[in-house]
Amino acid sequence: MSAPLVRFEGVTRRFGAEAAVDDVSLEIAEGEFFALLGPSGCGKTTLMRLLAGFEAPDAGRILLAGEDLAGVPPHRRPVHMMFQAYALFPHLSVARNVAFGLKAQGRARAEIDARVEEMLALVKLEGLGGRKPDQLSGGQKQRVALARALAPAPKLLLLDEPMAALDRKLREETQLELRTLQRQLGLTFLIVTHDQDEAMVTADRLAVMRTGRIVQVGPPAEVYERPIDRFVAGFLGEVNLFEGPDGCTGVRPERMALSRAEPKAAGRLPGKVAEAGYLGDRTVYVIEAAGRTLRAAQPSGGDAFRVGDAVWVSWPATAVMRLAE
Amino acid sequence: MTHDPLIPAKAGTQAEPAAKRKGRLGSRLRGNERGKNNLAVLAPYLWLALFFALPFALVAKLSFSHSALAIPPYAPRLDLSHGLTGLADFLRGLDLATYRRLASDRLYLLAYLSSLGFAGLSTAILLVIGYPMAYGIARCRPRLRQALVLAVILPFWTSFLIRIYAWIAVLKPAGLLNQALHLIGLPSVTLLDTNAGVVLGLVYAYLPFMVLPLYAVLERQDESLIEAAQDLGLTPRRAFWRVTVPLSAPGVAAGVLLSFIPMVGEFVVPDLMGGSRTLMLGRTIWTEFFADRDWPAASAVAMVLLATLVVPLVLVQRRRAALLP
Amino acid sequence: MRRGPSPFLVAMVAAGLVFLYAPIALLILYSFNASQLVTVWGGTSLRWYAALAHDEQMLDAVSVSLRVGLISASLATGLGLLAAVALVRGGRFRGRTAFSGMVYAPLVMPEVILGLALLLLFVSLKLPRGFWTVTAGHATVTLCYATVVIQARLAGFDRSLEEAAQDLGLSPARAFLAVTLPNIAPAVAAAWMLAFTLSLDDLVIASFTSGPGATTLPMRLYSQVRLGVNPEINAVSTLLIGVVAAGVVAAFLIQQGKTKT
Repeated sequence: MSAPLVRFEGVTRRFGAEAAVDDVSLEIAEGEFFALLGPSGCGKTTLMRLLAGFEAPDAGRILLAGEDLAGVPPHRRPVHMMFQAYALFPHLSVARNVAFGLKAQGRARAEIDARVEEMLALVKLEGLGGRKPDQLSGGQKQRVALARALAPAPKLLLLDEPMAALDRKLREETQLELRTLQRQLGLTFLIVTHDQDEAMVTADRLAVMRTGRIVQVGPPAEVYERPIDRFVAGFLGEVNLFEGPDGCTGVRPERMALSRAEPKAAGRLPGKVAEAGYLGDRTVYVIEAAGRTLRAAQPSGGDAFRVGDAVWVSWPATAVMRLAE
Repeated sequence: MTHDPLIPAKAGTQAEPAAKRKGRLGSRLRGNERGKNNLAVLAPYLWLALFFALPFALVAKLSFSHSALAIPPYAPRLDLSHGLTGLADFLRGLDLATYRRLASDRLYLLAYLSSLGFAGLSTAILLVIGYPMAYGIARCRPRLRQALVLAVILPFWTSFLIRIYAWIAVLKPAGLLNQALHLIGLPSVTLLDTNAGVVLGLVYAYLPFMVLPLYAVLERQDESLIEAAQDLGLTPRRAFWRVTVPLSAPGVAAGVLLSFIPMVGEFVVPDLMGGSRTLMLGRTIWTEFFADRDWPAASAVAMVLLATLVVPLVLVQRRRAALLP
Repeated sequence: MRRGPSPFLVAMVAAGLVFLYAPIALLILYSFNASQLVTVWGGTSLRWYAALAHDEQMLDAVSVSLRVGLISASLATGLGLLAAVALVRGGRFRGRTAFSGMVYAPLVMPEVILGLALLLLFVSLKLPRGFWTVTAGHATVTLCYATVVIQARLAGFDRSLEEAAQDLGLSPARAFLAVTLPNIAPAVAAAWMLAFTLSLDDLVIASFTSGPGATTLPMRLYSQVRLGVNPEINAVSTLLIGVVAAGVVAAFLIQQGKTKT
């Protein structure tokens, strides 16, 4: 990993008595796609706004490429943001929206025009430069917002819930497109989202936040497969929890196997199928076993079970995640 | 937090208590932003202090002054060149003579009571006329609704004086109304220069003030609530009284306050449409001031009027979100 | 789907509008009356409009009113814009309650009290009453209306647009000018129109704060109205109504157009 582009050092931001961001330290590397993930109100948006300069920390400092950002107002920061509801200027055309940051930098007219063309091509909106924002679809607006934030070539692009306003199918396509775009440009992206799929699909690394603190940081697979506590495990996906004398453990539904005969796995319980939900690529079963309710996801094409069938639920030792409270 | 409930709390613009904690990075930035907003407030603040607050202090002062001197400046004068003794002399010089004089004169009492009476009666009539109008407009198709609202607003923009003047030609003894009554064989009526004429004038002049706030509330009302009430077995009439009317209470309060308060102090209507014996405080102040040149009396009447209106004025202030759509 | 109004409601709306407009319509009609008698129809004529053109006092009053209106409306709109920004964006500043109190109180305060208070101020400041005192008085009263109109629009304005402009490199002041102002422009224009019309209409404040040589149109009309109905007043009233109605309808259509796009 190269030198960190962004460094939060013990950053705290309070609103009244409450700390929206509580003693956060974090590093984001140059060229990285980083996601801040957490439920609403966890402080992820405030953390992003601190970086953009719309909030100032009450304690700690924020460094960008080694320089302290304290006292630098938003308009002097080489950081651009893609706003949640896009914040496209309704009185300006698409082209003038995209040109906005370039004009603020005082670039030459010809240079601006060329850059705007380039940006519109990048987000596949060639020919729509003359439209007003309210003549665009939701997906088009989102891409204009992206082009506008990218046009002045920021060192760091912030994306505040960029897909929140899109419908599910478009969101899934856009997530991958964004990933590809970031790889092509080699820019550092910081995305804020409450959608764990979005964070996992797009990011190189993600940080899970809760009540102003960062709970866990790591690559998506690592955080998903080795969550440190019940909150992270539950926030990133479904999990079957087991309370034992030596603490709490969890197993993901897709690591659960179902069989009619008793298996030889490390963990196993006899039970009964209480409910079955077919999802196309997999089927999700609810199993009543030893007085508890477990979930097991089985890929399609294997043995199908019906409600009321007697089954064994089993899991390998490697699937067991040790979880702190 | 006790900030104004009408102003949406936006993170980053609030001057948070935490910002007062000394010596932290970046609080300089927030300080700057606050400084600029304070600069914006300075000009209108000073203007209002000079042309609104100070004049009212003068009215209050004058109402406690001796009325013996017919020419300004009235005694006592506040002379702060002698420091606190000046203030003490000033306070000693104030007296209640003018108020005592007002209280002993039945004419003032009558004017006071009849002002409240005229305003109260006119407000009641306005509500009876205005509610069905507002409700009727709110139920029209959107385009027609907008045109009708404009039709109600338009007279409000037209000169008050001219609108009252227009009635004079209609109501004169040999005026257009009596000509019309004569044509269809009815006896003529005398409205001009009577108390009935004043009520007519007040109702006419303040109709938009009643209709618009009522309309604003009724137009926003969710039609499905009425449907739900009917679905649950209420007749349309009972649904109206049990759902529509209670929900429109803020609009009723707004319409009543917005018309009652200025009507109590109204001058033009009683002066032009009332008889010589029509007593209203607005007219009393005017007469004391312009005809009798009794400035302390005019000031004292103004203070009494203001004291009467303090409660409704505070109500308006508290609920202006609902009042001023 | 909204149910239409019942016949009773239709009748009430119609009756209300007739009530509002009938006197004005008659006034306009009789301004074209050839007869000297204001209630007897003597054929169509423009003679009162012609007479108006030679009425020096009336023309002078119109000119005073227009000048007072232009200056006071511009002052009120400028100050109102600043006041609205302070109220919407200022958060909690020292004296905020007093400030918002001063901004909103004149909206419903009886004009007679305001007029009296302003007059006492000018007397105690030993300012000669005339054109500028009327202008200052009108600016004070209309400032409140202007603030309310602009504030409503500003409060509904998406703050993130301004933040986006700052994020893209404009200073807060430039962001306000480049993004916020163009978007609240219709409200600023409406505020100016309202302030101008109110100034043009006002009798009470002007009567208290004016002095010799600064007789406004409503003051002039009032002194004539007290003497009785007069066809020339019908003519000047018709002109005034026409100008204001045209302005209001234009402003309304502009706003409509803005909200549609």
